[in-house]
Amino acid sequence: MFDALSPEEWAALNLSLKVALVATLASLPAGIAVALLLARGRFWGRGVLDALVHLPLILPPVVTGYLLLLAFGRKGPAGAWLEAHFGLVFSFRWTGAALAAAVMGFPLMVRAIRLSIEAVDRRLEQAAGTLGAGPFLTFLVITLPLALPGILAGAVLAFAKAMGEFGATITFVANIPGETQTLPTAIYTFTQVPGGDGPAMRLVLISVAVSVLALILSELLARGLQRRMD
Amino acid sequence: MLDIDIRHRIGALDMSVAFRTDGPVTALFGRSGAGKTTLLNLIAGLARPEAGRIALDGEALVDREKRIALPSRKRRIGYVFQDARLFPHLTVRQNLLFGRWLAGLPLRDAQVERIFALLDLGGLLARRPAHLSGGEKQRVALGRALLAGPRLLLMDEPLASLDDERKAEILAHLEAVRDEIRIPIVYVSHARSEVRRLASHVALIEKGQLTAFGETQALLPRLPESVA
Repeated sequence: MFDALSPEEWAALNLSLKVALVATLASLPAGIAVALLLARGRFWGRGVLDALVHLPLILPPVVTGYLLLLAFGRKGPAGAWLEAHFGLVFSFRWTGAALAAAVMGFPLMVRAIRLSIEAVDRRLEQAAGTLGAGPFLTFLVITLPLALPGILAGAVLAFAKAMGEFGATITFVANIPGETQTLPTAIYTFTQVPGGDGPAMRLVLISVAVSVLALILSELLARGLQRRMD
Repeated sequence: MLDIDIRHRIGALDMSVAFRTDGPVTALFGRSGAGKTTLLNLIAGLARPEAGRIALDGEALVDREKRIALPSRKRRIGYVFQDARLFPHLTVRQNLLFGRWLAGLPLRDAQVERIFALLDLGGLLARRPAHLSGGEKQRVALGRALLAGPRLLLMDEPLASLDDERKAEILAHLEAVRDEIRIPIVYVSHARSEVRRLASHVALIEKGQLTAFGETQALLPRLPESVA
């Protein structure tokens, strides 16, 4: 099994896992916060925020990737600022692949979490209030635990999306083996060269296996969460 | 002393209620839709009256004129909802001690033991709310409200969803609470038998208006048998 993959294929698999994991975990707090705002908030500009969050879902991925390049490239306003202040570089690095994956997965993540927060009975939150809990504590101890299955589902969706992201990634950080070449971009490369069918098929099988594993893992976790209530 | 003088509109219902009570148990008696639950919500701070004031022991909970509106978490008013509203992801013990923990009261002391015993909660502590009967849920909800150390206890038809046998059982517990834990209670009901058994004072509420208020003994003959 370990000999079955070339170093280049291993690198693509490792990078994809790293990118997807970092993208999911780093965007999760923001995803929960935005989902809470959309589910419970009543403020001016809520519709605008909703549209903005959904933008990566409806824009062509190439467009999202190009916009990321304009904003977070080394000469882009956000990119230049982040490099100057935090030494954080996105363009043509794996970090950029993670950013692209996070942005593309964000609408899916927010949607799942928002639905699960909306499904939490507000009367339970009221009851917590009469028992002395303020809004933040109520969210932490009542709303968040009850929405956990949806948060998990949102994270798994974002992870799966990140594993498969292609268009925005290749536009933003290109397809550099060992640096920004993920499973999908590696598969694309192999399909473009003579004799690449074997490696492409191996990576396809690995992609499928990783996705199925993630799904099984989330299903087991969800059952565990459900058992808390029984 | 609970002092209420409010006007409020909810849906098509125009409410106007004014009374003061220092009874151990004051019943809000009237038909469904008369505005009894809304009145409880106004006292608890879950809704805000359009005009008027509510004060407890001289402290304004809400006073529209003086722009006072204490949030419900700061009112120290226990609320037993008709549908219990136990937290499904917490055990019975965690539910019971939720408000007490927030209030910074001791989680293991004589008062906790006393309320556990009074409501016969000992055997339920490790369970989840999903595994409780309707009567057990209401006992836990009552215990949860009491253990937070409230100044006033609100109860919204806690017997409404129970069969007669369970009703009798919970009524006995309610009497024990009334006689042993000395905090004033405001109790919503549309059953005359409950009012006769529990209440010292009655406020008769019809279509949002207070139409009679007085001691139960004096007012009972004027109350319809049941207004359900």
